[in-house]
Amino acid sequence: MINEIVIAGFGGQGVLSMGKILAYSGLMEDKEVCWLPSYGPEQRGGTANVTVIVSDERISSPVLNTYDVVVVLNQQSLDKFESKVKPGGILMYDTYGIHKKPTRTDIKIYPIDATEKSIEMKNSKTFNMIVLGSMLKVRPMVTIESVLKALKKTLPERHWHLIPLNEEALKEGGNLIKE
Amino acid sequence: MNDKVTLMKGNEALAMAMIRYGAVCTSTSSPGFSLMQEGVSYLAASEVPALLINVQRGGPGLGTIHASQADYFQACKGGGHGDYHMIVLAPSSVQEMADMVALGFDLAFKYRCVSMILADGTIGQLMEKVVLPEQRPRRTDDEIRQQCPWAVNGRKGMRPSNVVTSLELDDDKMEENNWRFQACYREIEKNETRCELIDTEDCDYLITAFGTTARVAMKTMELARAEGIKVGMFRPITLWPFPEKQLREAAKNVKGILCVELNAGQMVEDVKLAVECKMPVEHYGRFGGNVPTPDELLNVLKEKLINK
Amino acid sequence: MELNDIIKPENKVYAEPKLLNRVHMHYCPGCSHGVVHKLVAQVIEEMGVAEKTVGVSPVGCAVFAYNYIDVDWEEAPHGRATALATAVKRLWPENLVFTYQGDGDFSAIGTCESIHACNRGENIVIIFINNAIYGMTGGQMAPTTLLGQKTATCPYGRRPDLNGYPLAITPLLAQLDGTCYVTRQSVHTPANVRKAKAALKKAFENSINCKGTSVVEIVSACNTGWKLTPEKANKWMEENMFAKYPLGDLKDLKDGIQR
Repeated sequence: MINEIVIAGFGGQGVLSMGKILAYSGLMEDKEVCWLPSYGPEQRGGTANVTVIVSDERISSPVLNTYDVVVVLNQQSLDKFESKVKPGGILMYDTYGIHKKPTRTDIKIYPIDATEKSIEMKNSKTFNMIVLGSMLKVRPMVTIESVLKALKKTLPERHWHLIPLNEEALKEGGNLIKE
Repeated sequence: MNDKVTLMKGNEALAMAMIRYGAVCTSTSSPGFSLMQEGVSYLAASEVPALLINVQRGGPGLGTIHASQADYFQACKGGGHGDYHMIVLAPSSVQEMADMVALGFDLAFKYRCVSMILADGTIGQLMEKVVLPEQRPRRTDDEIRQQCPWAVNGRKGMRPSNVVTSLELDDDKMEENNWRFQACYREIEKNETRCELIDTEDCDYLITAFGTTARVAMKTMELARAEGIKVGMFRPITLWPFPEKQLREAAKNVKGILCVELNAGQMVEDVKLAVECKMPVEHYGRFGGNVPTPDELLNVLKEKLINK
Repeated sequence: MELNDIIKPENKVYAEPKLLNRVHMHYCPGCSHGVVHKLVAQVIEEMGVAEKTVGVSPVGCAVFAYNYIDVDWEEAPHGRATALATAVKRLWPENLVFTYQGDGDFSAIGTCESIHACNRGENIVIIFINNAIYGMTGGQMAPTTLLGQKTATCPYGRRPDLNGYPLAITPLLAQLDGTCYVTRQSVHTPANVRKAKAALKKAFENSINCKGTSVVEIVSACNTGWKLTPEKANKWMEENMFAKYPLGDLKDLKDGIQR
């Protein structure tokens, strides 16, 4: 089983760290993983995207043209990546600020109100974990337990008190998916 | 004495001056490596072991900050002045990148030469599963005296003095020095050539690539095999010495070779020489920090070799 | 009073400099570069010398200065800006020629060129942005990093036994016979912005009138590199940077250097 994913948005939305946590989660399950970021030279803002591959077998190319799962967090990224979802694949987007919705009919499309939910949770930094929660509900390639383990692995100890909040965000993210 | 020392230097030329005195390892990306070329030539001529790491970005000039393989010529065919070679290792995964540090050091000390890890911006930014090799402690003072009798660290026991220099104004002696360097390079060619072959036994077409492009091309192979096109992969791990015999052998029965690089055609020259132009050898390159995708390469393969 | 009564040319108190391009800057909010860029554009415009101005941009955050200030530019290799500016000024002696360099560019990799250009008394202006850190590459230690200051490459704080001392290069340059005007400014308050503008104007006039080398150091904040909010960064700068790099003129030869 191989999952080829791209996550794209503005710098500062937690795109790269969401990808990193997903890759680490795969590592916690002893899967093969790969994380390749793409961003500009600026320290803040700009656009960013990250390719994450979680696989049971050796990973060949870290550079891809089409993806099983595309998660986009702004209009620019939606415009750029809609065509890159494999037929039958998944396109997930945050509804905030989206004025031109995706039109493809050969893929599964999941609009989620993640920004809204993060405001509701009174912590905008939970945003990327809400998105990850939604994505894992639709495509459970790793377990939530592994994500929590990964958080522990990637966060410095002084931030461990934030893990319960992140767990809550992952759960809320899952709840955004209604099928 | 400090067990290990990490120092940040003001510029690349200074770093190279320190390396001359066995500071031993430095890393940079392309523009910085251009600045180091003086030092590389002096290192080679002084027979001082060192490991250099160049994570290539797209040039020429300041160019772009993204991946490139356009420093192949600089790494394998010179760069600095004079007749010299570096052992050039090309990692295509994070694991290999980690393993090549130890390998690079070992080879440099074994042959008293410069070895280099020639990575690229994509491999440099990649995160993957990696098992870190065990850390080895620095040589003790006694070990240095035994294993590196040429080292300049004081004439303990009033041994004959050591002088590390690249200067020799006596033409005959300088010629002799050059013959010694060349003999060392032949020895390296004989012993240290490395490559990886994937599915070459039955292949009709061969892709040659190193570093990031090799990884991309591995996916291309999967796509091609799914369509019934038998494609194999020849991945040089040492770019110098170039594994020409192994390539000649692997290419014996193929209909054509596609050489994929992030440059305008550099390794392809060595590929053509290796197979003595006995079959079509095509090149496909991307620049400016762009990396081709697996399906792009499959289309190129069809266009340039299969449907021709 | 209606809106149209207020919006009249005679009531205008501020306009953005015409030489500042209307593009989105890549600098972080709170960075000093934006203000200094504006001042440079303003002074060139006010002096009416855009037609004979050549800027030399560095490597580092300000590498894209050429996208923001609408004059002729040359992009120099890392540290080589003053050498390049020397060539430009010698070929076009009537021109206003300035470099715009950060501390890594000017006082690390470019130290040799920086000192020799000043020592030759090249008739150029060096705008030297000192924020005690490498901003673009991710906050590494610079020669100007303060003792105890934490950076990516001295995570436990700069130690003199390991990393040496912060380099105050401007006073060194003031000692050289080739410099006519050496000053240290900042742009963190409106009063300081006004002073910095006057300093830039004086320096630019020196270049045009071939009075020698002018060095305008701007002690600046890099709130991203320092990992502080913009407000706290300014405060930190006042409390720590100004102690090592005090503001004010270090040298001002009204008639230029002796030749």
